Amino acid sequence: MSDQHLQARVASIIALGDDALVLGQRIGEWCGHAPTLELDLSLANLGLDLIGQATLFLNYAGELEGQGRNGDALAFRRDVYDFRNCLLVEQPNGDFGRTIVRQLLFSAYQRLLFESLAKSADSRLAEIAAKAVKEVSYHERLAADWVVRLGDGTEESHNRAKDGLAWNWRFVDELFAVDPAEAELLTAGLMVDRNALRAPWDRIIGTVLSDATLQIPPPVRGVVGGRTGRHSEHLGHMLSEMQFLQRAYPGASW
Amino acid sequence: MSRELPLWEVFVRAKNGLSHRHVGSVHAADARMAIEGARDVYTRRLEGVSLWVVPSDAITASDPGEAASLFEPAEDKVYRHPTFYVVPDNIKHI
Repeated sequence: MSDQHLQARVASIIALGDDALVLGQRIGEWCGHAPTLELDLSLANLGLDLIGQATLFLNYAGELEGQGRNGDALAFRRDVYDFRNCLLVEQPNGDFGRTIVRQLLFSAYQRLLFESLAKSADSRLAEIAAKAVKEVSYHERLAADWVVRLGDGTEESHNRAKDGLAWNWRFVDELFAVDPAEAELLTAGLMVDRNALRAPWDRIIGTVLSDATLQIPPPVRGVVGGRTGRHSEHLGHMLSEMQFLQRAYPGASW
Repeated sequence: MSRELPLWEVFVRAKNGLSHRHVGSVHAADARMAIEGARDVYTRRLEGVSLWVVPSDAITASDPGEAASLFEPAEDKVYRHPTFYVVPDNIKHI
């Protein structure tokens, strides 16, 4: 395996882990603040599922890399420019409407991605994806149900879902963008061609939005940059909180 | 109209072969939301393999005022317990 090939593999797995890690941390911010006790636990469970996936992906990326970094080192001791998550997951939660719309957009993508990744030639990745797809299917169901409830609910809830959709929509294109560095991985059947997931994703989202009496937003120029480390200001603030303990007390454990 | 969502009673089957047991309640607008709430509140630590949710107002409770006539007559009827014979050692699960 050439150095370049290995680097591309590690980078693509880190991106999978970072998506899950950053969204897991974001969703965790709802803990104790959700609209109802039931949703508080739903969101906490969901966030913890994502952190669990991040742990598996990042530990594996660290092993492949062979530089002595494990999942914790990657999560807590990298700077914001080294994160490879998409911009969608780092956006502030906003109200519950915006949060749950983002969850639908992301979970539907993640479910399609993991279903394909479960057939990867990389058996370790395939195993992680096969385990995670069960969790993600439930996230998608929960988020879709809530988007329909809000969209097809009161005028207030409809408007909040609509605003949430409009806010999140510009970050969708990045989910399906294929990094040129991944071309070799696609040929080798190691990684999933995200571009091919767009059409089924559009159908899923179209159905949910139609049930929710919401319109698919008009096309916008997608904002990208997360996959190359160009993040919004929000990620740095999030990391300063998430990484505080390991920064202040390196190596601390309990 | 109350802003509070209706209450549902939650029953969990811990494993196949056991009966569903009442574990608590959730607030939800309909049965599907109640199942999701119950899943997230009551089965997050592998407590069950099946869930029932029942609208709380569909449950009729006995009247506490009648407790004496309903339940106390059983107090002096210990012979109703199947404890007056010996169970052979090799019979399990009794």
